[in-house]
Amino acid sequence: MSFESFSDFLAMGGHGLYVWLSYGVAALIFLANVILPMKKKNEIVKKHVQRLKREKVA
Amino acid sequence: MWTFFHKLGSPKWFYDISGKWLPWFAVISALLLVLGSIWGLAFAPADYQQGNSFRIIYIHVPSAILAQSCFMMMAIAGATGLIWKMKLADMFVKAAAPVGASFTFMALLTGAVWGKPTWGTWWVWDARLTSMLILLFLYFGIMALQSAIEDAATAAKASAVLALVGMVNIPIIKYSVEWWNTLHQPATFTLTEKPAMPAEMWIPLLVMVIGFYCFFTTVILLRTRNEILVRERRTNWVKKLVTKRGAL
Amino acid sequence: MRASADIATAPSVIHIFITVLKRDLTLAYRRRQDLVNPMIFFIIVVSLFPLGVSPEKSFLQEAGAGVVWVAALLATLLSLDSLFKSDFEDGSLEQIVLTPQPLFIMVLAKISAHWLVTGVPLIILSPILGVMMHLEFETIKVLMLTLLLGTPVLSLVGAIGAALTVGLRVGGVLISLLILPLYIPVLIFGTGTVQAAANMLPIGGYIALMGAIFALSLTMSPLAAAAALRISLSN
Repeated sequence: MSFESFSDFLAMGGHGLYVWLSYGVAALIFLANVILPMKKKNEIVKKHVQRLKREKVA
Repeated sequence: MWTFFHKLGSPKWFYDISGKWLPWFAVISALLLVLGSIWGLAFAPADYQQGNSFRIIYIHVPSAILAQSCFMMMAIAGATGLIWKMKLADMFVKAAAPVGASFTFMALLTGAVWGKPTWGTWWVWDARLTSMLILLFLYFGIMALQSAIEDAATAAKASAVLALVGMVNIPIIKYSVEWWNTLHQPATFTLTEKPAMPAEMWIPLLVMVIGFYCFFTTVILLRTRNEILVRERRTNWVKKLVTKRGAL
Repeated sequence: MRASADIATAPSVIHIFITVLKRDLTLAYRRRQDLVNPMIFFIIVVSLFPLGVSPEKSFLQEAGAGVVWVAALLATLLSLDSLFKSDFEDGSLEQIVLTPQPLFIMVLAKISAHWLVTGVPLIILSPILGVMMHLEFETIKVLMLTLLLGTPVLSLVGAIGAALTVGLRVGGVLISLLILPLYIPVLIFGTGTVQAAANMLPIGGYIALMGAIFALSLTMSPLAAAAALRISLSN
């Protein structure tokens, strides 16, 4: 452990803003990369089911 | 080896097998990323010159490595798709472009944020940052071309050609930007080149790099599977799969 | 039998090159106004910089080469959209692709015609603009030399973008997006050479590098553009 306390850890020796900003943005990009394809998959399946239903009716 | 290569030609086979791989890659990448971040943020020693701002390295370097190798993979996959008409390679090019662009953006942004405490400004026309910026433009070009062409097969081939052309250009761009950089601002302090990094510093970096690659694989699998569902929507197996999923 | 006879009597590669080149030059001559427009654009863009930034001699001397180069790059981009477009619209591009002769030779001929009608006028105009930017006589000579080596690269690399986007409605903007990043090395070496010359440094090495880029794009991009054309026409 290279920090004395938790507040030290947050402060990052005065560079807290930069370090946490970087990690925050990275976390957002990671999340977006997971969430977007999963949402897309739901959409695709939904569309597909609707289309199949339509074809059955027709 | 060859049977594996031939099986890759079948989207259905790939969809089944990737469904089995996916949870593993997801869990491993999550573990590695969390482990690497905590290790890098809290346990790795601070740098003697840059203090704690150097901890940005644990996302900056892996994202930069991934962004560059992603373009190379796209070019190789593009060539594979053009030569052997392999559908999966086409889908890979399409799936990888936005992911690669997002990691290029991550590398650029973390580089800029890191530049503030190190150089005193948010942006420096440093050779590495500049060539990452150009790489981002190349990714945008591929994405724009893909969205402009409606027919999926044509879009895949066209972007494969563009990826290959970009691949030939990347070393030239890198070299020219480095040359331009030495011309305009000699001997700047480079971010990542260190004489020798102690093991407590580079082991978490290695963990992060592997974690980034596992994460990349996970996302690519997710996106490729989506693409398979869209392109193979007329086939029976997709219909069956979807009705099963839709009933749940 | 018939196919082999066709090949035996088929015109030689050089003949095809010259035929396509002549055809494109004739077509270009008939639409002279379309050729003048990029040149006017070139001059206007260059004259925007003294107006927009500063008319001071020291600034213009330093930025001059870069400004002329960027303007030449944009002017070339502007004209690229039409490289294959009119042939695509009237269907002759399809005929060209279907001929048994190697496609990249014909693409190379079309690119050469494009360079002759856009690149060469840019080179001829550049000394006038160089004088307006207060560049020294020696520097202007080097600027022209870099343009002579660089504008063919702009046409060659740009042809790939034009070929990829030929069937698309959004063509123009998309070409810029695809091609501008690929132009960066030429731009860097072009302006770097002129700046080196302005600072009395030897430029032989830079010229050699530009020549290498020219040779590389001359060999690779007709092939890439030909492949791209086939893909664009396949749907």
